[in-house]
Amino acid sequence: MRILVPVKRVVDYNVKIRVKADGSGVDTANVKMSMNPFDEIACEQAIRLKEAGHAEEIVAVSIGEAKCQETLRTALAMGADRGIHVEAPADVQPLAVAKMLRAIVGREQPGLVVMGKQAIDDDSNQTGQMLAALLGWAQATFISKLELADGRAVVAREVDEGLERIEVTLPAVLTVDLRLNEPRYASLPNIMKAKKKPIDVLTPGDLGVDPAPRLLYLKVEEPPRRQAGVKLGSVDELVTKLKQDAGVI
Amino acid sequence: MSTAYRPPLAEMRFVLDEVAGLRTTTQLPGLEHATPEIVDQVLLAAARLASEVLAPLNPVGDRTGSVLENGVVRTPPGFREAYRQFADGGWNGLVFPAEWGGQDLPWTLGAAVAEMWNAANMTFQICPLLTQAVIDALLHHGTPEQKAVFLEPLVGGRWTGAMGLTEPQAGTDLGAIRTRAVPDRDGYRIFGQKIYISYGDHDMAENIVHLVLARLPDAPAGSRGLSLFIVPKLVPDAQGRPARRNDMRPLKLEHKLGLHASPTCVMAYGEDGGATGLLLGEPHAGLRCMFTMVNKARLAVGHEGLGLAERAYQQALTYAHERVQGRVAGRPVAILAYPDVRRMLLTMRAQIAAMRALAYWTAGFVDRAARAADPDARAAAAGRVALLTPIVKAWCTDRAQEIAALAVQVHGGMGFIEETGVAQHYREARILSIYEGTNGVQALDLVARKLAQDDGRLPWLLLEELRAEVPRLPEAPALERALATLETATRTVQAAPEEVRAAASTPYLRLIGQVLGAFLLGRGAASAQAPPYWGLLHRFYLRHLLPPALALGEVVAAGADDLDPAALAP
Ligand SMILES: Cc1cc2nc3c(=O)[nH]c(=O)nc-3n(C[C@H](O)[C@H](O)[C@H](O)COP(=O)(O)OP(=O)(O)OC[C@H]3O[C@@H](n4cnc5c(N)ncnc54)[C@H](O)[C@@H]3O)c2cc1C
Repeated sequence: MRILVPVKRVVDYNVKIRVKADGSGVDTANVKMSMNPFDEIACEQAIRLKEAGHAEEIVAVSIGEAKCQETLRTALAMGADRGIHVEAPADVQPLAVAKMLRAIVGREQPGLVVMGKQAIDDDSNQTGQMLAALLGWAQATFISKLELADGRAVVAREVDEGLERIEVTLPAVLTVDLRLNEPRYASLPNIMKAKKKPIDVLTPGDLGVDPAPRLLYLKVEEPPRRQAGVKLGSVDELVTKLKQDAGVI
Repeated sequence: MSTAYRPPLAEMRFVLDEVAGLRTTTQLPGLEHATPEIVDQVLLAAARLASEVLAPLNPVGDRTGSVLENGVVRTPPGFREAYRQFADGGWNGLVFPAEWGGQDLPWTLGAAVAEMWNAANMTFQICPLLTQAVIDALLHHGTPEQKAVFLEPLVGGRWTGAMGLTEPQAGTDLGAIRTRAVPDRDGYRIFGQKIYISYGDHDMAENIVHLVLARLPDAPAGSRGLSLFIVPKLVPDAQGRPARRNDMRPLKLEHKLGLHASPTCVMAYGEDGGATGLLLGEPHAGLRCMFTMVNKARLAVGHEGLGLAERAYQQALTYAHERVQGRVAGRPVAILAYPDVRRMLLTMRAQIAAMRALAYWTAGFVDRAARAADPDARAAAAGRVALLTPIVKAWCTDRAQEIAALAVQVHGGMGFIEETGVAQHYREARILSIYEGTNGVQALDLVARKLAQDDGRLPWLLLEELRAEVPRLPEAPALERALATLETATRTVQAAPEEVRAAASTPYLRLIGQVLGAFLLGRGAASAQAPPYWGLLHRFYLRHLLPPALALGEVVAAGADDLDPAALAP
């Protein structure tokens, strides 16, 4: 089986996000970029499946600017076998990404797409679901446990009420949650080997997809600053405050 | 408290490329695979391991320390696992030959990576540092059989190294060493006691390879009678597998000001019939063999100073942004608002930039000395390394202590409180000017040996290069004045009798370090790639850090007359 792992290049999770002065978006100039942490977990899971003999090949895909190849190299250094870079503008939106992935699935015929449940830059949480719908495949989202057997995946999903256990038939799209695994650190020898692994470069046109945005962002702004809190002496005081000042009870 | 470490990758990359000339270095034969892309990936991966795995262990190591129990050393919780990740990640082999499992990457890149290990957890990094020193000695002086047994596991990090030089009566003066080596059927038997042996025993690796300086029965007295021996904790069998327990053990761990995680062992060799040793290099040539590793280790201690200083600075900077104290124009402010606090922080930052520049730039000559196609270029680079090594070691570590002290100062009372974590850096910086040859010894090496090398031409080759480049740099007049002071001081020291030269050695070393720092910051400032703040650091350095250093020219000129023992009667 082949596994497809889409990986997105995002602002590093350690970086304090700054909004551009004109409100047109987030400032990414001279900012450290890394692989979306959820995608790292997806990549790790694919590698573990390969190590366990469930898969023969892992193909990592990244869609975006030329620098995405760095992110692909990171996936290759972790253990993916080859990469596909779709050279596109930086802000391709979930639907276009899902369509491009569908086209790549058509070419590569994977048995599984393992991807992050969302990207930490725009937190859309849409691409996996859209891809499954476009393909007409089963989907299992927010998974924190995975077992493969007899052409089926048994997963635990993290939902508000707790863990939900479901079974899906392959081929399927899996989107992974934080607790699925702890991604490995790329080893130095694997970083060196990754350099020799192939990366194919495609354009959205090759995949028959128009990457133009369908959603218009009006404005991006910082969340309002939190007001300083007050310490209260007693429960009674709290009740009074909730009644009189906040008017919520 | 704040113990986070964020590797300043963009600045490191800038210094590598624009000051240390990494792109030229990677054109050397055998380094072509170190493409800019690989350099980025390696830096990123090391940054993660450093900041996510090693840095959080630093305060743990300080609080818990290594302990000696039932004859074996146990490292603090988490150290074994971290070491496994480090070794499995192949990091120990970064600069070493592919033949032995390494990656053949440039020493220049190695310096940047070492900065991160040291900033994250210097006490941890001492172990790989020693391993690398032992590898270096084996690469240069080992027999094919010795290489075949020891190099692969050492380069892979499965085995670690230790250096057994110091004895109670033999510290700076290794000629006083008494440990004995007696020829035996299949090698030598070693008898003696060593002190202060870092990572002489521990539980992080399968085997520990000590290099021990000892005296053969027919040895001449003094330092010309020393031979170097490979003394493994577990003697390998014919297949190279660690097999027999050698006759050596840690007797005691020292109780120290810092580096609590690094086991500093009193080692006994040969209490029970003799520890098995193999001769490394020629008999009685031990000191020369040892200097191969000591020279690299001295550079590595300079990198310890650089890394520790960066960590201390980051912590102070965070605190200065957060600590609210007093008011300016009626509003409460963080202490960063005060010029004196900014002076401290800028002193740290500009000084660190200069230390980083010097460390990476020097590493570039290490690469050239090893790999340049032209033998003359190799020799010239080796000369430059020889000249710069004591400066990297002593200047970077002396400055690291000042920077750690400033980091405490920025914290005010909190700096004196252990929980804050910054005091650890202050305590640990203190070792750096003592081990691997005290900084006094580095200064002597610089003035007595290096300034005299090639009939005194060695320093002038460097000074002439600076003369030629300085007019092209921003703020050239200030740099030219600094250079003139350094040239005069160099002439004075070269012409001076031994006693005067020794008296001037430490001020001279500081002077040359500080002037080289100014020059290298200027080289960065001249680059079109320079980040906006770089010119600011350069100017701050020239106006605040350089002038007091230039006054050292007068101290050098003062000579030895005033170092009169009359005032020092017991
Ligand atoms: C934590 C720690 C770890 C260590 N790790 C190791 C290790 O792994 N392996 C190992 O072999 N050793 C190790 N050492 C030993 C260390 O290298 C020595 O302490 C150092 O070389 C200084 O020797 P000494 O302590 O005997 O000081 P001394 O030689 O007694 O020096 C005392 C002072 O006199 C000065 N001085 C001495 N001789 C001269 C001279 N000729 N000219 C001018 N000034 C002079 C020195 O600069 C110093 O200021 C370690 C030490 C410590 C504290």
